[in-house]
Amino acid sequence: MLAVQGDFAEHIAILKQLGVDTVEVRLPGDLDGVDALVMPGGESTTFSYLMDLYNLREPIVEAASGGTPIWGTCAGMIMMARELTEKFPEPLGLMDIGVARNAFGRQVDSFETDLRFSPLGDDSYRAIFIRAPGIVRLGDDVQVLAQLSDGRPVAVRQGSLFATSFHPELGDDPRIHQYFLTFAAQGTN
Amino acid sequence: MADTGTWRVKAGLAQMLKGGVIMDVVNAEQARIAQDAGATSVMALERVPADIRAAGGVARMADPTKISEIMEAVSIPVMAKCRIGHFVEAQVLEAMGVDYIDESEVLTPADEAHHVWKHNFKVPFVCGCRNLGEALRRVGEGAAMIRTKGEAGTGDVVEAVRHMRSVMDSIRQLQNMSEEEIPTAAKELGVDLPLLLETRTLGRLPVVNFAAGGVATPADAALMMQLGADGVFVGSGIFKSGDPARRARAIVEATTHYNDPNILADVSKDLGEPMVGIGVRSLNEEQLLAPRGNL
Repeated sequence: MLAVQGDFAEHIAILKQLGVDTVEVRLPGDLDGVDALVMPGGESTTFSYLMDLYNLREPIVEAASGGTPIWGTCAGMIMMARELTEKFPEPLGLMDIGVARNAFGRQVDSFETDLRFSPLGDDSYRAIFIRAPGIVRLGDDVQVLAQLSDGRPVAVRQGSLFATSFHPELGDDPRIHQYFLTFAAQGTN
Repeated sequence: MADTGTWRVKAGLAQMLKGGVIMDVVNAEQARIAQDAGATSVMALERVPADIRAAGGVARMADPTKISEIMEAVSIPVMAKCRIGHFVEAQVLEAMGVDYIDESEVLTPADEAHHVWKHNFKVPFVCGCRNLGEALRRVGEGAAMIRTKGEAGTGDVVEAVRHMRSVMDSIRQLQNMSEEEIPTAAKELGVDLPLLLETRTLGRLPVVNFAAGGVATPADAALMMQLGADGVFVGSGIFKSGDPARRARAIVEATTHYNDPNILADVSKDLGEPMVGIGVRSLNEEQLLAPRGNL
């Protein structure tokens, strides 16, 4: 669990309920022996600053190219993008998507809504969007798993990489964490 | 079907700020310095608390022009302060699209008997507290985030420590009480019983709880984190010091690595002059800000 800043404790609480051991990653050495990585919600500018300072970029990029499953929520998704619509911060470039920060507006525009997350079938999922980023470009290999009613993609997967604009770690519905664990356990093939 | 301004959305933004530093800034340039140093949010002000203290008189909401200038300068969330009980200042800040409102004892209270009824707003509020009772009364009124009051504008961390310890000690006591003792505790604390029961079950406040009021060094920030804060506000401590950019970066690093004394030693080196500071003990009763809004 990337733990430089943000709501990593909320992710850890859900993963613990699901019987998963987690380590908090603040320094490169913390990544040793990690089977899968989650990058939580928080401020992407803060993540980027602290990743640079404590040399976390390279080992995360290496882990991704080695097939380690990685999931980014909100700020975590921003860091996973290939490119952002603005120059700052610099993302990790793991996933073939383009992302716009604060694509839905400021905090007064933050919202929750019901959507369909395709791996869960027809059941609806209550998703929480907080100053959320939007996906503005999708690479050819990127699969859309959830969209808003206007068609905008908000959950995407590319092989072992997974990203959501919203926050499955808020609230008490563990289904998307279960989904990530299932595909992480299957390996990347 | 999209719902804005829900409790989860309001409390959720505070959860995104956890483990981070919120910095007081008075102009666009300071806001950019704060963002570049890794601040998770900035508090837009006309004057930092140390200058409010020095200026005296009535301290009010900042000029909207000033707040807009700061909102345009950065992409991180921007907070602003309204006076305790001044719900029209809060309406103005909400209309401007500020991301969080601090109903703050640093400004001169507008109402000595009532706080803003914060449930009426889409924008979330943060409020100060000195103890568990104040914290939960503010949450009952709709505060989606809590911070210690400390003693703003002093650079003296002693009151922030007192307030954080008081909240944490009360929660530990609560967890050791038998159920039949809880209603009496609720009455003594002046809080809602269900909220107190929720706090007992969670073993923490039901919303994010930051430290504020006197944090001036990386070690101060790490101290507050080790005492159980979810993050820190730094007011005058940064831009009243000799090298604000450097101190800002060091406090951000100390907040992330608060449990690593080796890193804390490194980041504490060569920071230049800290803010001069005022010992809280040298202030007389009417100069203290924390007792304001004691409702």
